[in-house]
Amino acid sequence: MITIRYFASIRESLGLDQQQIELPANVSTVAQLVRHLSGLHGESWARVLRDGAVLVALNQEVVSKTAVVRDRDEVAFFPPVTGG
Amino acid sequence: MKIAVQREDFDLQEETAALRSRSQGIGAIVTFSGLVRDWHGDSGDSKVASLFLEHYPGMTEKSLRAIATEAEERWPVLDGTIIHRIGELAAGEQIVLVAVCSAHRQAAFAACEFIMDYLKTRAPFWKKTRDERGEHWVDARESDVSALDKWKIQGSAE
Repeated sequence: MITIRYFASIRESLGLDQQQIELPANVSTVAQLVRHLSGLHGESWARVLRDGAVLVALNQEVVSKTAVVRDRDEVAFFPPVTGG
Repeated sequence: MKIAVQREDFDLQEETAALRSRSQGIGAIVTFSGLVRDWHGDSGDSKVASLFLEHYPGMTEKSLRAIATEAEERWPVLDGTIIHRIGELAAGEQIVLVAVCSAHRQAAFAACEFIMDYLKTRAPFWKKTRDERGEHWVDARESDVSALDKWKIQGSAE
């Protein structure tokens, strides 16, 4: 199982803040996870998650889309940050 | 450094007094506090009624701790405080406090600015404004990313 979390405008666009899924056999990187989720949920998800500005955190550290995802990881998708 | 992510407001006086009492050898304290601006938009033409601050619990604290540690490695900082508020905030309210103390002012000034620049582009907070035209998420600013250049660290992740 992996946990996937969505924040801010991404959460609102997808209408979901969190989900748990079994890590599919053909998914080993963040990019492959995005492809998997897009296939599962359709074009609207693909548009949101494939936006080049979207940031990805793996176990609460920002990573690139080539980062390797393992069982029990926490993956998060969010827009550029605007705190301070 | 003290790090807090909280709904409640903070008191500048209390926080600097606490810094003075918990460290020795302080010659300088630099504080920065950020407030909710009451106007925004490209030409400052839209009056902000309130702001909502969302964050990523867990990662927020970790990223603030990481920047505090980096500031402590770069400058001879004695102690410091980072407080960032979350939730609903009205125009004019305080959002963020960064206070840094050191023996001499240069380190405190530099570390305080460094922490703010990093926090703006790395800590997972998101602002949503509410004004007479409705609600919208605040866009990230290119100038915040380029502010990192002077510290010679990479911008946000690829």
